Amino acid sequence: MNNVTLARATMGTSLGFHIVFAVLGVGLPLLMFVAEGLWLWRRDPGWLELARRWSKAFGILFAVGAVSGTALSFELGLLWPGFMAFSGSIIGLPFSAEGFAFFLEAVFLALYLYGWDRLSPVAHWLTSIPIAVSGAASSLFVVMANAWMNSPAGFHLDAAGKLVSVDPLAAALNPSTATEDPHMLVSAYVVTGFLVAAVYAAGMLRGRTDLHHRRGLALGMAMAAPAIALAGITGDSSARFIYQAQPVKFAAMEGLYQTQRGAPIHLGGIPSDSQHRVLFAIEIPYGLSLLAAFDPNAQVQGLDSYPPDLRPNPVVVHLSFDTMAGLGTLLGLLALGFWILVVRGRRLPLQRRLLWALVVAGPAAAVTMEAGWFVTEFGRQPWIVYGLIRTSQAATSAPALGATFGVFLAIYALLALTSARLLLRLARGARQAGA
Amino acid sequence: MTLAAANAALLWAALTTYAVLAGADFGGGVWDLLASGPRAAQQRRAVAEAMGPVWEANHVWLIFLVVGFFTAFPPAFAVLALALYLPLTLALVGIILRGAAFAFRAHGAEAEGASRWGLVFGSASLLAPFFLGAAAADVAAGHVHANGRPAGVFEGWATPEALLIGLLAVSLCAYLAATYLLVETADRPDLQADFRRRALGAGALAGVLAIATLALARSQAPRLFETLTGNGLPLLVLAILNGGVALWTVWRTRPRVARAAVIAQVVLVIWAWPLGQWPYLVPPDLTVAGSAAPSQALQAMLVVTGVGMALLAPSLWYLFHVFKGRLPQA
Repeated sequence: MNNVTLARATMGTSLGFHIVFAVLGVGLPLLMFVAEGLWLWRRDPGWLELARRWSKAFGILFAVGAVSGTALSFELGLLWPGFMAFSGSIIGLPFSAEGFAFFLEAVFLALYLYGWDRLSPVAHWLTSIPIAVSGAASSLFVVMANAWMNSPAGFHLDAAGKLVSVDPLAAALNPSTATEDPHMLVSAYVVTGFLVAAVYAAGMLRGRTDLHHRRGLALGMAMAAPAIALAGITGDSSARFIYQAQPVKFAAMEGLYQTQRGAPIHLGGIPSDSQHRVLFAIEIPYGLSLLAAFDPNAQVQGLDSYPPDLRPNPVVVHLSFDTMAGLGTLLGLLALGFWILVVRGRRLPLQRRLLWALVVAGPAAAVTMEAGWFVTEFGRQPWIVYGLIRTSQAATSAPALGATFGVFLAIYALLALTSARLLLRLARGARQAGA
Repeated sequence: MTLAAANAALLWAALTTYAVLAGADFGGGVWDLLASGPRAAQQRRAVAEAMGPVWEANHVWLIFLVVGFFTAFPPAFAVLALALYLPLTLALVGIILRGAAFAFRAHGAEAEGASRWGLVFGSASLLAPFFLGAAAADVAAGHVHANGRPAGVFEGWATPEALLIGLLAVSLCAYLAATYLLVETADRPDLQADFRRRALGAGALAGVLAIATLALARSQAPRLFETLTGNGLPLLVLAILNGGVALWTVWRTRPRVARAAVIAQVVLVIWAWPLGQWPYLVPPDLTVAGSAAPSQALQAMLVVTGVGMALLAPSLWYLFHVFKGRLPQA
């Protein structure tokens, strides 16, 4: 493998690993805030037990998220020096702001984790607010930088292509920020909600249907349900923005080769560059034009209107997009069905088939989010900064990239396995405590 | 002061804070690894209790430093990232494993595997300061060139002075940690005596390594020697004088004075470096002014830092007040 491929593989692995811990860092503090607040309000120690369990899990998740996030801040430069030499000053503002948000999160998390006996109950509960707020703010700031890579703005070049002035605020608030930021934030709550619900659903399948488990499941689904609805809405506006701003990414998402009016939607299937069409797909006529512009005859640009070296890989992008949209729809239906059953039965539904679906929904939500990032990142190729810098020009020429990729793979595998093992042990402890 | 100089000073202040706070956390890992004698378990517990609530916040100074560096001096950042790819990656491996191992041990691995992760925690705590120190030495010695391309895996950075300064960084971290632990163990005299011996050992080792570095630089790395004996000389002289004071206060077991003296030692060493190589950021090719970002980015950096510090400073004060206040009632 060459350096570009190795740099992409290393960066992709690091991002894909970090994002799971990062979204839990956004969502879990909010759940802890609610559970501990319910304890203060109702004085029911069961809620406190829930908050304490989550805070133990969060201690592990936050530490792994923090070190893998540090890896990313280094890797921006180590793997992509050509990118950072140009972009560093333009997108530094949201990164610096993210640094402070992360700082506040670390400070108040330490107070939260180690302060159970040192702070008054109300003061302790209040420390969860800055954790939740700065966790959410971190994700918004970091995604601004990614949005800038999709729609670079806020800088001026001279005739020779040299950077002469920057407008950091305009760069941070580039056009893609308005759609990417909200979509990522609500997705963080989707993944957290479903993963939390999955843990308690798994416990219930083993017969632990005590109050502790029912509350954990209910709070998880209370977060997941509105979040998945919002993810659908923000995702839809994101897709429509991409139709305007990055037509070639949009064409790859849908596997559309010929520019046409009344374009169909392809569900599934494999885009074929040689046959210029999507094989084995289910076609919905006019669907794409309708979705993209609310007009069945709207024109949608096809991949063929771009030279081959300026197109993303449509197989990866289309399948990732369909994975995200398909799983996202199923998750939405599951959340809706769950709450309908709750309202109708006036109690938590405990049917085994539903519990099994909830167990699967946790990891599925994480896969949905990862697939979404595949669409964003693979869909931007061959550019690292859309229309401006090619990924191949930005990669490092340092030696031994293959070896360091292997080392990072091994480390992430070890950290993933260990975190999973320790979290499962915490969950088992919860079952015993709840019995 | 120009905007570029203000940003450079800001980054150096962040580096100093990181060294003084997180350096001690790495040093704590060293003492975890080297815990011995009848009180080995208590030594490890003292390290874990001292680090527990603060290490993650201490760690963020590094992220602030990296982010601030690529915001304010993007070309210099890119040059360093390319030339020092391997030492920085190895430091990163140390940072990842150290943090994860500490958290696994603290929050989860109560029943099994604790000692295995303890071993990872200790050894990874050596990696990070060693390679960060080596990378810093390569910058100061002028080994990093703007148009250089690393040809071999070890070429251009694995120099004798870099390795020596890497060891110096590790010993300084251990020195810091042992001295802080003198304060933390004030109510346990036997444990305090353990850390006093360790502080004296680490401090003496740091002194020997510092003298060896100067001697080596004089014959092998003229630029590094010039840096240290040029504009940086007053600070270097102060560091040498202060080094004696620090060791003496540790010897006499004056924990709070010793802590201040050892902090001063690290601050003097770190600030002798930029003063010595001024106006260069990455000598011999890149100056502070010449590698600075457009002025709007430099202004934004100062504004964000001002706003951020207004939120952060009271929060940090509260954190250290709750956990590091005088005689904490655990």
